[in-house]
Amino acid sequence: MRKILALFVILTLLASALPAMTQDTVELRIRWYNDGNEGEVLRDLLDRFEADNPDISVEIDTVPYSAILENLPLDLAAGEGPDMARVTDLGGLAQYYLDMTPYLSDPAYWEENFGPFLNWKRVPGDDSSIPGFMTQLTITGPFINRTLFEQAGVEVPSDMSDSVTWEEWAAASVAVAEALEIPYPMAMDRSGHRFAGPAISMGAMYFDDMGHPTVMDEGFRNMAETFVNWHLDGTMHPEMWPLSEGYANAYEEFANAELAFYMAGSWAVGQFSEAIGDAFDWQAVPNPCGPGGCTGLPGGAALVGIVTTEHPEEVARVMEYLTSQDVLGEFGARTLFIQAHAGLSESGIDWNTDLQLAKDALSVFVGQVGTLTQTAFDLQAYIYNRNVFNATRDRLTQALVGELTLDEAIERIQDDVDTALAEVSG
Amino acid sequence: MQADKISLGQFLSLRSGGKRVNTADALTYLYLTIGTILMFGPVLWLVASSFKTQAGLLKYPPPLLPYQQVQVEVEGYDDPLPLFNVTMEDGSARELAQVRRVGIEAQMVDPADPGAERIKVNISQREPVEEVKLAWENYLDPLIEIDYFDFITYLKNSVLVTSIATVITLIINSMAAFALSKYRFKGRDAIFVLFISTLMIPITVILVPVFLVITSIGWKNNLWGVIIPGAATPTGIFLLRQYMLTIPDELLDAARIDGGSEWHIYWRIILPLARPALAVLAIFSVMWRWNDFLWPLIVLSQNDYFTLQVGLNAFQGELQIQWHYVLAMTVVTLLPITLVFAFLQRFITTGIATTGMK
Amino acid sequence: MRLIDILDRITRPLLLLLVMSVDRILTLIQGRVGIDKMGYFFVLPNLLIFGIFVLFPMLLNLYYAMTGGTKLFPADRPFVGLDNFATLFDCDDFLSPNSCQEDLFWRGIFNTIQFVVLQVSAIVLFSLLTALALNRRIIARGFFRSVFFYPVLLSPVVVALIWKWVLQYEGVLNAIVELFGGESMRWLLDTNWAMFWVVFVSVWALMGFYTLILLAGLQSIPPELYEASSIDGANTWQDFRFVTMPLLMPTMFVVLVLSLIRAVQMFDHIFVLTGGGPGTRTQLMVQYIYTTGFSNQIQLFGLSAAASMVLGVSLLILTLLQLRLGNQSSLA
Repeated sequence: MRKILALFVILTLLASALPAMTQDTVELRIRWYNDGNEGEVLRDLLDRFEADNPDISVEIDTVPYSAILENLPLDLAAGEGPDMARVTDLGGLAQYYLDMTPYLSDPAYWEENFGPFLNWKRVPGDDSSIPGFMTQLTITGPFINRTLFEQAGVEVPSDMSDSVTWEEWAAASVAVAEALEIPYPMAMDRSGHRFAGPAISMGAMYFDDMGHPTVMDEGFRNMAETFVNWHLDGTMHPEMWPLSEGYANAYEEFANAELAFYMAGSWAVGQFSEAIGDAFDWQAVPNPCGPGGCTGLPGGAALVGIVTTEHPEEVARVMEYLTSQDVLGEFGARTLFIQAHAGLSESGIDWNTDLQLAKDALSVFVGQVGTLTQTAFDLQAYIYNRNVFNATRDRLTQALVGELTLDEAIERIQDDVDTALAEVSG
Repeated sequence: MQADKISLGQFLSLRSGGKRVNTADALTYLYLTIGTILMFGPVLWLVASSFKTQAGLLKYPPPLLPYQQVQVEVEGYDDPLPLFNVTMEDGSARELAQVRRVGIEAQMVDPADPGAERIKVNISQREPVEEVKLAWENYLDPLIEIDYFDFITYLKNSVLVTSIATVITLIINSMAAFALSKYRFKGRDAIFVLFISTLMIPITVILVPVFLVITSIGWKNNLWGVIIPGAATPTGIFLLRQYMLTIPDELLDAARIDGGSEWHIYWRIILPLARPALAVLAIFSVMWRWNDFLWPLIVLSQNDYFTLQVGLNAFQGELQIQWHYVLAMTVVTLLPITLVFAFLQRFITTGIATTGMK
Repeated sequence: MRLIDILDRITRPLLLLLVMSVDRILTLIQGRVGIDKMGYFFVLPNLLIFGIFVLFPMLLNLYYAMTGGTKLFPADRPFVGLDNFATLFDCDDFLSPNSCQEDLFWRGIFNTIQFVVLQVSAIVLFSLLTALALNRRIIARGFFRSVFFYPVLLSPVVVALIWKWVLQYEGVLNAIVELFGGESMRWLLDTNWAMFWVVFVSVWALMGFYTLILLAGLQSIPPELYEASSIDGANTWQDFRFVTMPLLMPTMFVVLVLSLIRAVQMFDHIFVLTGGGPGTRTQLMVQYIYTTGFSNQIQLFGLSAAASMVLGVSLLILTLLQLRLGNQSSLA
């Protein structure tokens, strides 16, 4: 007993000595999450910054992505946020962002280079604040395993036509799977965001005349019905949607060459370069077409300043460093993240990879920016879009397993969206 | 001691059936063996899997042992090349190293004769040559290389939280249990019922209010914010109180006659006598604290204060879970608790057996 | 041990001083208030922590349940009275979740009831069997005891990860099934199998704890009783039926109460294993409370708090009922 207590006393002394830190530099903290190597690249870039700016030190707090979605909003609401954070709920958290305009040496640079994307990070009605920049611009879109198509002797539909429909892709993928006896013709990330691109292509409007979110239209229903049927007839990966909570992906299946067609997005290029390399020919293909267009959905993550920071000037200095064309270009090149920066779009990024497959895939995605429809941009800019996406994801899942009919599911989506919105305004 | 005697007696009573014993014994061992495979097999599987490479984890059917593809140094090439077993067109088999792959065609070279012309092979005609090799990098990368996983800091925090919390829990719970079992004062029963009824409310459902309390105290990103809220465990009080009820009051009275203060009685008489029950609570407390995840994740958001469980989950990004690291680090977090258990496990049964949990 | 000895030597005087000064102060207080009131002092630290971090948040939760909006701080939230409860109980037909406004809440309730019944009976049955086996005179008893207890040490996330790994389509279980000539299966996708595996995994993870309690109960049965019954010519079954079972009832009761409470609270294991799926087949009440109040973009704290009040009250009733029954059976 006494020995345990002795240990305890020592430990308490240790614990009380924990916060002892030298305070001659300003310490900034970034709440961050990782998908791949971006945390290491950022650390490397910041080390250089710190060497040139000895009065600032930047700490990266890497947390699980779920903590960015669930815990960060609570912290922000309670005024316990970090100095900067990497967020994906761009509009939903906009009320907590720092407007860096007064601290930036050249705000015009930001307007010029990040112009259209600043809007995603602003509360409705605000058209001038500069809260941060996109660490990556993403576009949803499909990948195919070209090697499988070749081995199966099935023509790749996008080789023959510029506008392939979803049905054509489904038929080709099923043919590949049957010929090679691979388990999954198609898969789509478990995410309402991924579903939205195809839905818009099929004609879904997502907003009514008043600008209120709606899923009660023919276009949405058509895509939803197709999607449910694909699960029933085995075209789609049977487990991903029904058997998960929140987001799920099919990286493993795709990397394992068990999947012919995979609806994901540009962020996956880095992963595939690592995990697949040139083990087979993986390829990004243009988003399939329908009556509503051939669109994916834009999106991405942003690094933003948080309004409660005690060091807004230093935050702005770090941000200016990270957004300078050279540094941002290097960040993009090394992470294989597409950048939302006008200067870089013009000069192009020299991707830091030897893998031709990766370069090709990235240029397919970059080339698709022009095909994104207005609805897709509006939906991405809508601050409660995650509310719509999550309801879509969860209710469609219930329709897939037969707990709800399709029409019930669509009604429930609308109902969930409306109920939550009523609480926001009420 | 007593426990052994009892089981011996029971054993004798079960022996009374003569021949029946063998069947019963056989059934017992059969049950225990199947149980052992079911209970411990998955854990061993976890440990074995943690030594597989990222690619190895994807194999099906999953191999028991961690295989890796053999890499060979070939003259004229900077990096080692992967080795394959190739079935040639004439049906013969050769061992070749792959230079690169284009589509469904692989360009191979004979490691023994690197100067010769490259051999083109259809990729379905080759099988990787594999050897059993432990992927230690699953362990070493997070421990050394990856700078966003600061293992030493997380370990220190986990040890601090677990040990301080356990000591505090033991002290305040035993004090409360002492009061609730050995004193008569107004409101005693009410307090006891209050404590016990909270056994039922999982923290999951009151996360937001507790979070508010923590931030208003200023314990956000403070280890005390993780340690203190869970210290008043109803289970601990229940366990200790039941045990202390069995300590005869005469011992206390005798000490009082000798002029011992109440604190003296608690410290010198009750605590030593309650040691088995304290050991049980210690194991449970260590277990709860070491594995706790949901609550620390809410209180802690800065790397310097992360516990292992929180740090471990940083391997789960938006888009990908790095399984090979998750598995390896899971095994690492299992080690300390396994050691604590191995050390304290002899107390568990005697402890519970004598806590009067009936 | 060496290091600890050194630490011990350093801290011993410190500690002695601490204990002595606490003793000195307390003796002073004791002189004022008398011995019996010292109970308050001993219960105080625990009561403080309990009050601040458990009781107060619960009251706060009650208040949340009666407010609406999405603001975090209670003062910013509009008071809506019992509206949230009305929303939860807005059903055309209480037996059909689809007819309810909050259908997921009701699905959660029905799933929880089914899960609890299955899981608690399985836990009681297998803990008892294991305890009886471990109570026999067997070799390597300590080993078996540890093996059955070990899963209790694992965190819920680890447990779920292990089993997810085993049960996936290209997992160990299917590899074994194929080895014996069976057909691979999507174990978690089938609605009935999913519930089975959720129950199975939670039993796997928790039964060690209850086994130990029952083992302790078995060991405290006086051996003389078995000797007496064997003189009466009783066989093993009769021993079990007329000696073991009646004397084990109080322990069984503790196991029943504890496992029931734990089953109703079940969350992490299932959340990671099936995410509540397929669809919402294994989504339990606690998951509804968690997602509604925490993991949605628009966090409905009020509705979530109201649901947790419903959960709390039903747990309370359940426990009081059990205690009543327990008292009756032990009186009889």
